[in-house]
Amino acid sequence: MTYLELTNIEKRFGEAAAVTGFNLQAERGEFVSFLGPSGCGKTTTLRMIAGFEHPTSGTVAIDGHDVTYAPPNKRNVGMVFQSYALFPNMTVADNIGFGLKIRKRSKDQIRKRVGELLELINLPDKGGRYPYQLSGGQQQRVALARALAIEPSVLLLDEPLSALDAKIRVALRHEIRSIQRQLGITTVYVTHDQEEALSLSDRVVVMSEGRMEQVGTPFEIYNFPTTAFVASFVGTLNVLPGVVADAGRGDVTIAGQPIRLAHSFEGSRGREIKVALRPEMVSLGASTNGANQLTGKVTDVSFLGSIVRIRVGLDGGPTVVLDSFNEPTLKLPALEDTVTVSFPQEGPLVLDPKAPVESVEALIAEA
Amino acid sequence: MSNVGIGNRALEVIPALEGSARDARRRPRFGANRVLSWIVFIIGVLYFLVPLYATLEFSLRTKVPFAAYNNVLFKDANFASSLLYSAAIGVVTIVVSLLIIVPTAYWVRLRLPRLRPYVEFVTLLPFVIPPLILVFGLLRAYSTGPLPLTGSELGLNVLIVAAYVVLSFPYMYRSVDSGLQAIDIRSLTEAAQSMGAGWPRILLTVIFPNIRVALLSGSFLTLAIVIGEYTIASFLVRPAFGPYLALLGRDKAFEPAAVSIISFGLTWIAMGVIALLGRGSRTRVQVAGAR
Repeated sequence: MTYLELTNIEKRFGEAAAVTGFNLQAERGEFVSFLGPSGCGKTTTLRMIAGFEHPTSGTVAIDGHDVTYAPPNKRNVGMVFQSYALFPNMTVADNIGFGLKIRKRSKDQIRKRVGELLELINLPDKGGRYPYQLSGGQQQRVALARALAIEPSVLLLDEPLSALDAKIRVALRHEIRSIQRQLGITTVYVTHDQEEALSLSDRVVVMSEGRMEQVGTPFEIYNFPTTAFVASFVGTLNVLPGVVADAGRGDVTIAGQPIRLAHSFEGSRGREIKVALRPEMVSLGASTNGANQLTGKVTDVSFLGSIVRIRVGLDGGPTVVLDSFNEPTLKLPALEDTVTVSFPQEGPLVLDPKAPVESVEALIAEA
Repeated sequence: MSNVGIGNRALEVIPALEGSARDARRRPRFGANRVLSWIVFIIGVLYFLVPLYATLEFSLRTKVPFAAYNNVLFKDANFASSLLYSAAIGVVTIVVSLLIIVPTAYWVRLRLPRLRPYVEFVTLLPFVIPPLILVFGLLRAYSTGPLPLTGSELGLNVLIVAAYVVLSFPYMYRSVDSGLQAIDIRSLTEAAQSMGAGWPRILLTVIFPNIRVALLSGSFLTLAIVIGEYTIASFLVRPAFGPYLALLGRDKAFEPAAVSIISFGLTWIAMGVIALLGRGSRTRVQVAGAR
């Protein structure tokens, strides 16, 4: 049953539309992430759920109750901020107990609940400390405990890990997910970090320029992107210009070299299209099982730890990036070597021709 | 064609490296800078201490040592009564000023940042409009009409507090505003709201305690203005400390110098109280990712 429902949400700041046509239904206990670049409207949408912003049109409902215009302090929604937003004048225990005090719980009840939450976040002996006496990761765990103390209907997290260093970020995101599963609380998580979104979520909402680009499980989002933007934003991607040879059979030419796709697609012969191909789908060397092959010259080889990234420039301009697992026996090509790369017919995707391809171009330009 | 990847964090290290290299280049000049710093410091200290010493020395030139201090503190009843009156008026002024300024500055920062220049302009008006004009305006407006306040002691006290509240605007607003600037009021407010707190609780339990030092600074400046103010108190015929000082300066030789030293001592005591009260402050700004 739908627990959190956003229907036809639109938010305008003057003439500028921050969010348009946003629809989402989240189940009780579901973990949903809003993923997108800065300015895509993900935080604005989260703030509308929290009640800090009101939608220009559309409705927000929690557990069947319309809360579109309810003030934030009447929604019972817990929020965790990027900047932690712990009250500097209060101890950790007072911060966690703040919401319970407002709910007029007895001192014993507050003490018990605070103790439970301190255990939950693995800081049982830090109740008497002030926020400035804690590390960033510890502060964010306290902020999470404070948001959970009130047993909120929905937990909202606004880029909670982006101020932390990489190792703590990974550790804390597992902790957040584990606590969320343990409590079964409906959670909306805002991030621009695809790895975070993919590893944490039951479903991911990819957003761009105030619109929902795609909603799906992390597996669907990564493997079956429906728009050019999603394909390019999530993961590393080759976006190769191609020309339709026979759409019904899935035949395309890239830089004059023929390839075949596993599925047919729409498009007349000679039409220019864009073909998306993940680097991990591409192998160095000729195919032995009838897979697609492209030939070009090596333009760059770079070590990225567990993988080696090789760039192969095809005749006619486009470059194919491929990732190989790093192992001691790996034989790497030299620069300017002519090599053949191969990939299965299931690998390439024809990007939705209706999608805003200019977004991809902008990203390409940035990269 | 294209290969799209996200981010390149290694580049972020470069400004830090440049910074440390710059510091290393500066190091040999540190000794010269240090000497210059001491010279500036000594000049500054002398600028303040020499007049103070001169005043102290003059106040002690009486035939009997400390006679001027004795006369003021123990033989002149007006000293204590006028000081107490001004202190009481000062406290009321501070309370009224805080009640007006804190919610205003908070709301402007939180919801109406575009109004900030206008509010700043309004709070600066006391620097432009002399107290003499202000008090004449008050006398003219409140001598007759719907609110004739000049006919009673209470009315005059209300008028003097109102005038002092206006005079304190620039100091109180700036203190409070800089205090608010030092904390992330937006996130703190929203965090408190999401916990279920309403506006009064947010102000009293979250905002006020976190700008305590700023409030104390503003309050102290206000008190200092009220204690020494002459024009308004004189025209409203109030038994305040300012007119008492003027009278003393006209009639006596050594006592005004003694009062100056006493005032200086009181000022230091007040500053000590601020330092003491602010010592336990937890208003340290949280920098994301710090520590």
